[in-house]
Amino acid sequence: MSAREAILARVRAATAGTQVPPAPEVIPRAAGTLTEDPLLRFRRLAETSGSTLDAAASPAAAPGRVAAYLKEAGLPQTAVVWPALAALPWAAAGIAAAARAPRATDAIGITAACCGIAETGTLLLLSGGDSPGATSLVPETHIALLPRACIVCDLEAAFARVRAEHGALPRALAFISGPSRTADIEQTIVIGAHGPRRVHIILIG
Amino acid sequence: MEVISDKFRAAAAESLANTQLQRALARIPERFVAARARAAAEFGEFEPLRAAGAAIRERTLARLDVLLERFEAEAVRRGASVHWAVDAAEANRIVLDIARGHGVRRIVKSKSMVTEECALNDALEAAGLEVLETDLGEYILQLARERPSHIIAPVIHKNREEVTELFSARHRRPRSTDIAALCQEAREILRPQFFAADMGISGANFLVAETGSVALFTNEGNGRLVTTLPRVHVAIAGIEKVVETLGELAALARLLPRSATGQAISNYFTLLTGVRGATESDGPEAFHIVLLDNGRSRLLGSELRPILRCIRCGACLNHCPVYQTVGGHAYGWVYPGPMGAVWTPALVGLERARELPEAATFCGQCQVACPVMIPLPDLLRRLRTRTTAEHLRPARERLALNLWGYAARHPRLYALLTAFAARVLYRLGGRRGWVRRLPLAAGWTATRDFPAGEGHTAREVLRRERSG
Ligand code: SF4
Repeated sequence: MSAREAILARVRAATAGTQVPPAPEVIPRAAGTLTEDPLLRFRRLAETSGSTLDAAASPAAAPGRVAAYLKEAGLPQTAVVWPALAALPWAAAGIAAAARAPRATDAIGITAACCGIAETGTLLLLSGGDSPGATSLVPETHIALLPRACIVCDLEAAFARVRAEHGALPRALAFISGPSRTADIEQTIVIGAHGPRRVHIILIG
Repeated sequence: MEVISDKFRAAAAESLANTQLQRALARIPERFVAARARAAAEFGEFEPLRAAGAAIRERTLARLDVLLERFEAEAVRRGASVHWAVDAAEANRIVLDIARGHGVRRIVKSKSMVTEECALNDALEAAGLEVLETDLGEYILQLARERPSHIIAPVIHKNREEVTELFSARHRRPRSTDIAALCQEAREILRPQFFAADMGISGANFLVAETGSVALFTNEGNGRLVTTLPRVHVAIAGIEKVVETLGELAALARLLPRSATGQAISNYFTLLTGVRGATESDGPEAFHIVLLDNGRSRLLGSELRPILRCIRCGACLNHCPVYQTVGGHAYGWVYPGPMGAVWTPALVGLERARELPEAATFCGQCQVACPVMIPLPDLLRRLRTRTTAEHLRPARERLALNLWGYAARHPRLYALLTAFAARVLYRLGGRRGWVRRLPLAAGWTATRDFPAGEGHTAREVLRRERSG
């Protein structure tokens, strides 16, 4: 008998005749998730988790805001951007943008976000041909463009949105809440473990 | 990994004498217990959420076969390969075959307790493969050749000076005892390894049956690197980790980080489904998922079944007065604390971990903190009962209990012996009437005094009163 058959046979024998308990009637959400204004909550909790926020009136205005952020942070005006965002006027804003997958040496990665989740102030990024996962991961600074209209209440709404738009799940759903961190040494929190040290969100619209 | 759980008493005594360890453990109440309490209070309806979590996990266990088959079908449909392993040795063999099949030489890993359970690194290294732990804590342990002492904070037992020593011996860079500098140093050393690796190995916090996905919760980002950059990804999961729907996953996603570290959500929560698409520039070309039994299916039909709900959050460790006092290494295997005192005997055999169910005060804090409401004290009590029923208690104790049992069935003998004992105790009590040291039970009285009594048994007193 194969391992698969052996395991399933034992599991079947052990579960035969057991009652399946009813599904929970409600899944509670964090207090305020369904009552607070989603945009305000998203901003508040994204900041709590260590992200910074800014706004731009339209996608075309985003590169200008990116340039201002980089300047203020003392960072170079050179970035790798999602191919999906290649058409934005980067050069006009003074940013040398390369629309490709990131390399180990790229310092700034710019992505879009599929949605923002108000419950926890979390970004959701989907992987795809023109939206590599590594762009939000390898560079030390991650800048995400998030349309205001894409802010949803909770995780359930985010899943529903992805399914409505894509049918099957994209290969990787990355829910990102602030810069990477570790507390492994003496339980002391240090920002910037293996992932980005800075997460900057620009709300669009 | 070698099981040394039968040495709990001796190891616990050593831990108590280790002042450095005691200082490290003293951080637990604030960093974990208070943080979880704050997160639960901020959430609001945390108790109903725990009840929902328990129900979701029970629903999984009640139809585990169906959910596993569904998970397999969905994962395969998306291009992943699903492997089944009866035990740790088979899991290791499968991973090794995968590595060989893909011509892999270098492997990067993100933290996974189930691979510790299998001692996977040893198996891969023995076959000549390079394996690198990339979670900061696990990396430190790999350098120190130690095992984790906490399932969430694996190097909780070490201080920064020890990390400095390890790093300066290995990295040959200027020494620093600054924690941020140490983290930066590890980041710089490990970064090129992610790019150079052929294969990434991760665990799985959950498997989602309806989509065939693997869910991972991490803070450092190494979990994402390990599952994004190498061309092969292997995820290893215990068969109990499956849930049916994304909705159930959402509920557990609210419970896990809050219970583990007091975070409302981990920095990175990733849901991985299938292999790299034709147009994608990253993500693994091959995605292998290894489903490990290693004794779990046997537990399913046993009285210990509720432990299979466990989502490995570590809350029961943090809330346990025994864990807080002796730390994780004393438990002698992969899983410490109350959950470990159940998992270890359940997976390696009670006879090899007999002392662990004894290492509990039955204060019940673990059960109160457990996000999926596992009745841990009850499971420990059942294990204790089994220890006695299977004659696993020490010979001297069994002899003593048998003698007592004999005496208790013979009332006259019993009266004689207890009358004698009452007088001996009275004498031992001396003028102050307190017994400080009891022959044959010196271990017990070493830390306890007790009142000596008045030299008569209750029966004697009663008889005297009646006749008087
Ligand atoms: S037994 Fe409960 S509290 Fe302990 S690790 Fe498992 S889920 Fe967490």
